[in-house]
Amino acid sequence: MATVKGEIVVNTERCKGCELCVPVCKEKTIKMSGNLNSKGYHFATSINDDCNGCTNCALVCPDGAITVYRVKLKEEKVN
Amino acid sequence: MNYIPTREEIIADHDNVVYERTCLLTDNPLSYCPGCGHGTAHRLIMEVVEEMNLQADTIGVAPVGCSVLAYDFMNIDMQQAAHGRAPAVATGIKRLMPDKFVFTYQGDGDLAAIGTGETLHACNRGENITIFFVNNGIYGMTGGQMAPTTLPNMKTATSPYGRDVETMGYPLKITELIAMLPGTYFVSRQSVHTPANVRKAKKAIEKAIQYQKLNKGLCFVEIVSNCNSGWKMTPEQSNKWMEENMFPYYPLGDIKVPKEK
Repeated sequence: MATVKGEIVVNTERCKGCELCVPVCKEKTIKMSGNLNSKGYHFATSINDDCNGCTNCALVCPDGAITVYRVKLKEEKVN
Repeated sequence: MNYIPTREEIIADHDNVVYERTCLLTDNPLSYCPGCGHGTAHRLIMEVVEEMNLQADTIGVAPVGCSVLAYDFMNIDMQQAAHGRAPAVATGIKRLMPDKFVFTYQGDGDLAAIGTGETLHACNRGENITIFFVNNGIYGMTGGQMAPTTLPNMKTATSPYGRDVETMGYPLKITELIAMLPGTYFVSRQSVHTPANVRKAKKAIEKAIQYQKLNKGLCFVEIVSNCNSGWKMTPEQSNKWMEENMFPYYPLGDIKVPKEK
């Protein structure tokens, strides 16, 4: 069971749809949306709950469009 | 069963943020093509300046080229220089204000073509400035013409059959060239196409900024970058092409490091 849970928030207006964040996500959380932003780019979006907040996507994003959140899940004690 | 917070609960608390865009980049949308390494390089430099709390003491010099509008994106004091003359302008700024952190941000057309003289002499004089050099092997802004750093047999708008080294010469390894000069203190070559390389590049930028305080000479960080528009590839393809073709000619790593005492 994962002990951390991450979330990404993509600034959809800033995203230019370069897709560099897709291959670096080991959890396969990021996919390009079918929708367009006002500049006409398909923006990146989070598609599942597997994100662990590793920040790889935010590090390679040239436009700084991704904010990464991470929380530690509390371990439940046995007994 | 453990309680798993929902997405809304996680993003509502700003304490959970582990990575966000630095406040030293302005809200202006970057003028670069999608997937261009310039954006990452801008962000890394500004992140380091923010982490070292130097934003009030930093003066950047913007070049001519794709990054000509760097002063619109970096939320610090910036000066625009004539084409290739950024090291000369930075020399003047640093000599007048030696307490400031002064850096130039230049592309390969600016630094390695029209500004070779300024660059070499600033390095040879050992000016206490930091130069960030983004090398993508092509003139990106003007439409993908051949640059001094273009690889042999690489097709560009002005070398449609590939760069013929017999008539057009060899790619200029300016970073190795200036590393031989005694005026330089720290010379490194990095890239920003994978998370691991981004982390390494950030460390090199940190060193280049820290060493400027020692007044021992010029610090120089080359960032090998892609130009997917100029190379006519997708961002992902261009990064792969860069790994296969650029890195054998421009190997990554520290080229000149200060001797430990």
